[in-house]
Amino acid sequence: MSYITNRKRAEGLGSAKAGTQHFWHQRVTAIALLFLVPMFIFPFAYNLGDGYDAVRAAYAHPINAIVAIAFLATAWLHFFQGIQVVIEDYVHGRMELVLIIAMRLLAALFALVGVFAILKIALGA
Amino acid sequence: MVQLRLPKNSRIRTGKTWPKPTGATNVRKFLIYRYNPDDGQNPRVDTYFVDMDTCGPMVLDALIKIKTEIDPTLTFRRSCREGICGSCSMNIDGQNHLACIYGMDEIKGDVKIYPLPHMPVVKDLVPDLTHFYAQHASIKPWLQTETNAPAKEWRQSIADRKKLDGLYECVMCACCSASCPSYWWNPDRYLGPAALLHANRWIVDSRDEATGERLDDLEDPFKLYRCHTIMNCTQTCPKGLNPARAIAEIKKMMVERTI
Repeated sequence: MSYITNRKRAEGLGSAKAGTQHFWHQRVTAIALLFLVPMFIFPFAYNLGDGYDAVRAAYAHPINAIVAIAFLATAWLHFFQGIQVVIEDYVHGRMELVLIIAMRLLAALFALVGVFAILKIALGA
Repeated sequence: MVQLRLPKNSRIRTGKTWPKPTGATNVRKFLIYRYNPDDGQNPRVDTYFVDMDTCGPMVLDALIKIKTEIDPTLTFRRSCREGICGSCSMNIDGQNHLACIYGMDEIKGDVKIYPLPHMPVVKDLVPDLTHFYAQHASIKPWLQTETNAPAKEWRQSIADRKKLDGLYECVMCACCSASCPSYWWNPDRYLGPAALLHANRWIVDSRDEATGERLDDLEDPFKLYRCHTIMNCTQTCPKGLNPARAIAEIKKMMVERTI
């Protein structure tokens, strides 16, 4: 209980003057994934279980490698954009901050690991 | 933070069963939420039986009959009894609606009546809408102009006036906002469908000159972007309006002025 007016409570901290970028980027990554998911899945499933050499040969092709990298980067970015909204919806206070930072770092880490793995297979090592 | 259970002092208990009317053949059972802030008790659900042969067709008719003939302590808001004042909004048969324009023939079985969900309850079926009204006021629901006022009136073409159809009819009954899960979890920061529908009503008004400021004020991850197009608002609106579409129109304008 505090003696603030109803209007003061409704105004809160005012407008953040942000939010549209997040909303827009989430839609753009969604559209990108519409194409990238099938483009990634088909060569991936085609070579599944064929052994390391066959997979290496497939991903040595630049289109397959570039699509795989684009897919991983976009998917983890889209994942983070989505999960941030979910956290903002359901978790408030300090935990919200901690979770958003943790998810951002985790998504970046997974994206990096994935991209590194593709590069290693594609470029051969 | 999300609360999956009601707080301890809000959990509903079984209440009193009021006697059946004598000599009635066409009796209907009503289960009605009761809460009295003065008795220190938890809310309860009372059971009433109404003689439908001597009762009007709408849910509000039955409520008034119960208050007049059975239990004068039953508390609810009502005024116009024709869906224009927005006072008698409540949760009827699991749906937020205006009691005065909700026919009881539309309900199967017992009639269950609760106050609007996720609002503080003042007494029985009367929710505290103070914050809801303050949020409405915060979007500045009036004409804002810089140009000197004309001698007679601000003119508007028929086509421009048509853009307000489906927006101006809102009676601020709060059915939509009280049905929105996003509003349940973030009522302090999310404006809710009703306030945003009104915001859109002034944004699209051809006479209003504060369009940019209005959009600036809504440019916020919480005030506007908590809407996830769940569409409970549109489904529940007793006036048949579409707040979800109004919010989508605001989002479209936001993107339009960015890219």
